[in-house]
Amino acid sequence: MHALIEADGLSKQFGKVEALTELSLTLPAGQPVAILGPNGAGKTTFIRMVATLIQPDRGTLMVSGHDVVRDPMAVRRMIGLAGQSAAVEEMMTGRENLVMVARLYGQGRAEAVASSERILEQMHLVDAADRRVKTYSGGMRRRLDLGASLVGSPRLLLLDEPTTGLDPGSRNEVWDGIRDMSRSGTDILLTTQYLDEADHLAAYIVIIDEGRVVAQGTPDELKSRVGADMVELHTVDVPTMQRAAEVLGALGMTAPSTDAATRRCSLAAPGGSRLLPVVVRALDDAAVPVEDITLRRPTLDEVFLALTGRNTDTDPTSPEEDAA
Amino acid sequence: MTMDITLDRPGPARPVGVAENQGASYLCASGQVAARTLKKNVRTPALIVAGTAQGVLFLLIFRYVFGGAVAHLGNLSYVDFLVPGFVVTGVLFQGMGAASGVADDLEGGLFDRLRSLPIRLLSIITGRVGADSALVAWGVIVMTAVGFAVGFRVGGSTPDALAALGLTILYGFAFVWMFIFMGLAAGSPQAAQGLSFLVFPLSFVSSAYVPVSTMPGWMQGFATNQPMTQMVNTVRLLTGGPAVEQLLGHPVSYYLVPSLLWTVGLVAVFAPLAVWKLKRS
Ligand SMILES: Nc1ncnc2c1ncn2[C@@H]1O[C@H](COP(=O)(O)OP(=O)(O)OP(=O)(O)O)[C@@H](O)[C@H]1O
Ligand SMILES: [Mg+2]
Repeated sequence: MHALIEADGLSKQFGKVEALTELSLTLPAGQPVAILGPNGAGKTTFIRMVATLIQPDRGTLMVSGHDVVRDPMAVRRMIGLAGQSAAVEEMMTGRENLVMVARLYGQGRAEAVASSERILEQMHLVDAADRRVKTYSGGMRRRLDLGASLVGSPRLLLLDEPTTGLDPGSRNEVWDGIRDMSRSGTDILLTTQYLDEADHLAAYIVIIDEGRVVAQGTPDELKSRVGADMVELHTVDVPTMQRAAEVLGALGMTAPSTDAATRRCSLAAPGGSRLLPVVVRALDDAAVPVEDITLRRPTLDEVFLALTGRNTDTDPTSPEEDAA
Repeated sequence: MTMDITLDRPGPARPVGVAENQGASYLCASGQVAARTLKKNVRTPALIVAGTAQGVLFLLIFRYVFGGAVAHLGNLSYVDFLVPGFVVTGVLFQGMGAASGVADDLEGGLFDRLRSLPIRLLSIITGRVGADSALVAWGVIVMTAVGFAVGFRVGGSTPDALAALGLTILYGFAFVWMFIFMGLAAGSPQAAQGLSFLVFPLSFVSSAYVPVSTMPGWMQGFATNQPMTQMVNTVRLLTGGPAVEQLLGHPVSYYLVPSLLWTVGLVAVFAPLAVWKLKRS
């Protein structure tokens, strides 16, 4: 049994930019995998390489035992791709788009019509099926694009930022669809900039940054990699939050982090629950009032910060700008 | 830092019977891509109408503005001289759209999907070429009809004239391969449009509008030997009869053989180049 994906020393350069730098990775089949990384991390480059659209400068990439450079056709027979920008024909209807892709996968006329109908239902596009895609909203286009990647019932589904630009309702539908596909035995490799998306959809997460793997594991493993639980407290105003931070800093452990927007202050707590009373007592002694105080596991945001030294800079409300 | 962690946790078993996609045959895939391109073009009527109207307008200008200054060339009336030249070089102006069209496809992401499917790369290109050639054929037929409307008459036999029409469309097909490659090489529709300006020297520095002998010496070398002149003169001989033979002083084969060599050469050179370019884009 081959690993789903086996990358060894993958490098790819675009002009002076190194999109992938000696990336090595082994992913087993049978569980949805998320590639997580900020803008320019190399996510799209990696997905396009798996989809046989670009070739590595150095290194090898095997998909289910097939080399993407030496036997791209074998890889293409098993994949469905929904790239970062919707790859549909605007001047054709939704149904025509799906039938075309189904025919290209090798289905006969009747079969293609039937599988397109199934996808239209699955993607909630039946009412718009016979309208030109030009008249679709961004979310409908995205759903059609996802549908087109499914119409051949591929063994491996490659999704490059599948929910970017979707409203929360559509995003949930897409999430449900991806989970259904995964349950029915389709392998899924998706990329995302959204930590919560990776957390929700993937059983295994690979974090990449500047073309390298910086960490990988299950969401739980990654959270525990950063180690400590966090003590987080919430204050009524920003000055109070700053005073609380001073008190926590004076405890002489790790430096606390603050978020003025939510008036929250958090501190890594290596001692776990034993630290909590210490913090409460110190705040009490300094007469700093807090709204609430909790002990929790670190979020993936914090994991990312700890692993790369950078924030993720993700804002789920703003759509993707530089589609590379 | 690189890590190799293989999870040995077993995942859910794949359902049995999920077959791989065998992919469409070469012909079926080309047909699908051609149908898509034709639909796109036909459903953007402004594009076709504008292109056709432009051609008609230029034909009228040449016929009536220049036609006044050059009434006859030997025993040949200017309109009988002009229309073959105009229709043959018109394939360049019609075919030019293929370059920006294919660059557009590349930019829009649709080609990414097509390239990820189990079909041959060449079928994507031949599909595009087929559709663009159909548009060129449409343009050739419209221009020919307008040519007749402004006074063009066939001086030779009808089979010869029909052969001339077929050869013109065939030439258009050959040049579409070149434009497809240019579109793939350009990278963006704007750049493709820029590259297409190559058609101006190719169409005007030829025997299409005025006899090559009226050009300065240094230009004549290019004008005499370039592919447009070969096909323009072939079509002229096939449609013009004795008056053209007198004017050109050569039999049809003198121009037909190089024209056919150009046709084969263009496809032989640009088909592999286009596949190579598409593979690397
Ligand atoms: N065709 C290209 N030409 C030039 N540079 C490129 C090209 N494709 C990618 N790059 C560069 O390679 C780097 C990685 O790009 P990539 O698209 O893989 O990132 P990404 O993780 O998908 O980012 P995003 O989240 O913005 O989609 C970036 O610096 C990008 O500018
Ligand atoms: Mg990307």
